[in-house]
Amino acid sequence: MKEILIITSAVLVLIIVFLLYRLTIILKMASGKRVPDKQSQDKSNGINAVLMIVFLVAGMGLMIWSTMDASDDFLPEPASEHGQVVDRLIWITFLITGFVFVVTQVLLFFFAFKYRYKQKRKAYYFPINYRIEIIWTAIPAITFIGLFILGFRASKFILSKADPDAQKIEIMGQQFSWMVRYPGNDQELGSFDFRLIDTENNMGINFTDKASLDDFIPMQMVLPVDKPVELKIRSRDVIHSVFLPHFRVKMDAVPGMPTRFKFTPTITTEQMRERLNDPDFEYELACTELCGRGHFSMKMIVKVVEQGEFAAWYANNEPWLAKHPEYLAKVPRSLKQLAYAIINNKEDNQLKATSKQE
Amino acid sequence: MGKLKEQPHQQHHESNFWTSYVFSTDHKMIAKQFLISGIAWAAIGGLFSIIFRLQLGFPEMDLVFLKPFLGKWITETGNLDPDFYLAMVTMHGTIMIFFVLTAGLSGTFSNLLIPLQIGARDMASGTINMLSFWFFFAASAVMTASLFVQTGPANSGWTAYPPVSILPIASTGAGAGMNLWIISMILFIISIGMGGVNYISTIINMRTRGMKFNRLPLTIWSFLFTAILGLFTFPVLLGALFLLFFDSNLGTSFFLSNIYLAGEALPHIGGSPILYQHLFWFLGHPEVYIAILPAMGIISEVISVNSRKPIFGYSAMVLSLFAISFLSFVVWAHHMFVSGMNPYLGSVFSLTSFIIAVPSSIKVFNWLTTMWRGNIRFTPAMLFSIGFVSLFIAGGLTGLWVANSAIDIQVHDTYFIVAHFHLVMGSAAFFGFLTGVYHWFPKMFGRMMNPYLGYIHFWLTFVGIYLIFFPMHYLGMAGFPRRYYSFTNFDAFRVFTDLNSFITVAAIVTFIAQFIFLYNFIYSIFKGKIAPQNPWKANTLEWTTPIKPGHGNWPGKLPVVHRWPYDYSKPGATDDYVMQNISYDETPDTDVPDTKH
Repeated sequence: MKEILIITSAVLVLIIVFLLYRLTIILKMASGKRVPDKQSQDKSNGINAVLMIVFLVAGMGLMIWSTMDASDDFLPEPASEHGQVVDRLIWITFLITGFVFVVTQVLLFFFAFKYRYKQKRKAYYFPINYRIEIIWTAIPAITFIGLFILGFRASKFILSKADPDAQKIEIMGQQFSWMVRYPGNDQELGSFDFRLIDTENNMGINFTDKASLDDFIPMQMVLPVDKPVELKIRSRDVIHSVFLPHFRVKMDAVPGMPTRFKFTPTITTEQMRERLNDPDFEYELACTELCGRGHFSMKMIVKVVEQGEFAAWYANNEPWLAKHPEYLAKVPRSLKQLAYAIINNKEDNQLKATSKQE
Repeated sequence: MGKLKEQPHQQHHESNFWTSYVFSTDHKMIAKQFLISGIAWAAIGGLFSIIFRLQLGFPEMDLVFLKPFLGKWITETGNLDPDFYLAMVTMHGTIMIFFVLTAGLSGTFSNLLIPLQIGARDMASGTINMLSFWFFFAASAVMTASLFVQTGPANSGWTAYPPVSILPIASTGAGAGMNLWIISMILFIISIGMGGVNYISTIINMRTRGMKFNRLPLTIWSFLFTAILGLFTFPVLLGALFLLFFDSNLGTSFFLSNIYLAGEALPHIGGSPILYQHLFWFLGHPEVYIAILPAMGIISEVISVNSRKPIFGYSAMVLSLFAISFLSFVVWAHHMFVSGMNPYLGSVFSLTSFIIAVPSSIKVFNWLTTMWRGNIRFTPAMLFSIGFVSLFIAGGLTGLWVANSAIDIQVHDTYFIVAHFHLVMGSAAFFGFLTGVYHWFPKMFGRMMNPYLGYIHFWLTFVGIYLIFFPMHYLGMAGFPRRYYSFTNFDAFRVFTDLNSFITVAAIVTFIAQFIFLYNFIYSIFKGKIAPQNPWKANTLEWTTPIKPGHGNWPGKLPVVHRWPYDYSKPGATDDYVMQNISYDETPDTDVPDTKH
């Protein structure tokens, strides 16, 4: 990347030197020593025409080289099932638009050079040709509709309803951090209400809901590999947006309107570390909707693990209620018994899990 | 015609400094007022971008030298305060989009060219026209004031999405700064409305004899569609801004719901932040066409004049302007693919967004064909027109990426979008603006700008724009989110640190290059070479007026139009141009009169 810096600055300097040379002519004119006449106009017309070609060649070269140079970094390897689909679409679109880009830019600058002013030349009076207009209306229209159909099918696949047995995970944005909640043993996330939020109950979990009792809130997002995950996305203050660049996942977190996004991670963090040869690699979750002064710092680490490891980790997590027994007071009488059972049962489970490991 | 003659109806006016320069009802003076305000705002908006680019490109740099100007917004560590960083981003966007590319571009050239090119003495209502500028001036004054409030200017982006934009407990800029921003925008919309009504009624009612619709220059067509777009869409934003103001000051809940902030649950229930996004983008998307359509009109005219060829496919150009204007009403939600809106709704907007690219491609092919087999003179205006086409292609093609709701998942709200819209509607529209200034400067000030400084200005700017915005595609594909104060927190976003510094350097060089233009502009107003009557040998009516037309434009009778404006290099004609007011009887050697035009 340093080379780009050096080369382009060198080019810039060259351009500036050239322009300074031109500047002397202007200064001469300003002091009345030289009057811009027909001849110098023709000359500068020629220079501009040549510069068009120089710009075309240098620009295309720089563009192709820098794109190839940056290509290792600019689209990280997709780590989800639909990520492959998105990437394939990106590359199809890249090829089509890249081709059109090169052809039209070449024509533009080549015409500018080739048909530069010459005294003898007379421009060709060519006001309309309906056949040509129809051809170049139809070709883009067909291409674009083709691209739309590809995109439509991909979106339909990506944004369709999640599998009923997908792992549900709730993620909540707040200024300026993320919180995740897992549904616990019943695989069902309990309800919530923003009016229940306090300094402990940061997610406003509603403990009059049976499903809430065994929900747990870990410090990290952990995902099982090769298993569909459904993110239930919400925000408790302003709009945030959940962005997982490696998984090609992005969805806004809107206060008052829960959203969702389902995807299937395909590469564990460990595997990715090996592939990138980077022992410190972590999947990251970022915010992509401006949410205030700390917007740039809303990061959460995401771990993708083998399904067995995930199950063990899942079972090891204590329900939030067990960590905050004072909230048992909020559980209605009819559910109290169940709440105690879940908390104790969880402890039993943990015992079992640890004894198994031993 | 030579020297300016007194006009009959001008004698009734008592003309002094105030009536001729400040509260003038002359469309040409109002155009100059818009132009100079636009240039001033462009300088300020550009400067703001340099300030935040410095922080972004060189986070380690000690910005303490800015402390005399920015005071408390420079932190003790010598960095920009994050709130102020976001305020600069917000103000850069607001200023550039509304004050420069809407008021500066459309305000200048609609005002200047509509009466001159259709053969009218002035706008339909000179007074409303004057008020349009002064409402814009008031909007500017309020926006300027907002920069100096203690809690800082609005800092939630030019889109001002609630809730963060209106809750001071969420973001300090949401207090007084945001209220002033809303008031300024309301004044601005009033200005746009007054201008738009005037442009439309003038074009429809005040064309001179023979100026049929199919003889209108493409500039006028583009101004007409721009005005119609503005008139239909800005009121929607006006409504949204009133609701925003109520939410922020009167305790209503149009856009607020389920919010817990600063240790308490707010009483707002039932509002929807998504509703604001729909209302905003119903203006917000047509707005980008409001910026780009006048630029398209201007460069169509300039490319034709300087290629010495008729514009290729005049009717296709008008129809594509119409198609773009019409479709621009139904693409707004492509800004909201990942807002949580129903994905099937998204696919409808994806389809319309792909379709709107068709008329845009037709325009590009027509511009290319206009240059084909021409006899091209590289005036500074022509250079900027070529630059426009190049930038429009570069930015337009990435439109095909982001119109795709699946690809948009990855690149939405990243630097890819920043690259896309800066190329296609930011820089391209700005190039249209500069094209217009270089081309019609002689008409505005009676003098010529220095072409050599124009060439230098063009090449530095053109190369600079590509160096700034092209690499941003790479950042965006890697996932760099926009409006980030710093990228060091994320491993994934740290890979392009050098490139980020490079972009900042390119931005500074390009910004400095604009002073060449500024110098040329100011110098030429007073000391430029006196312009000939028709310096570019163009066909349109503005070049039939005296060099410095007075109030009323034509000293005698209004010109009569006999032909379309693009009879360049017509076979059989003695010159390579035939002006619109020349009848077919005077050019018997040319082809049979084209009945279409």
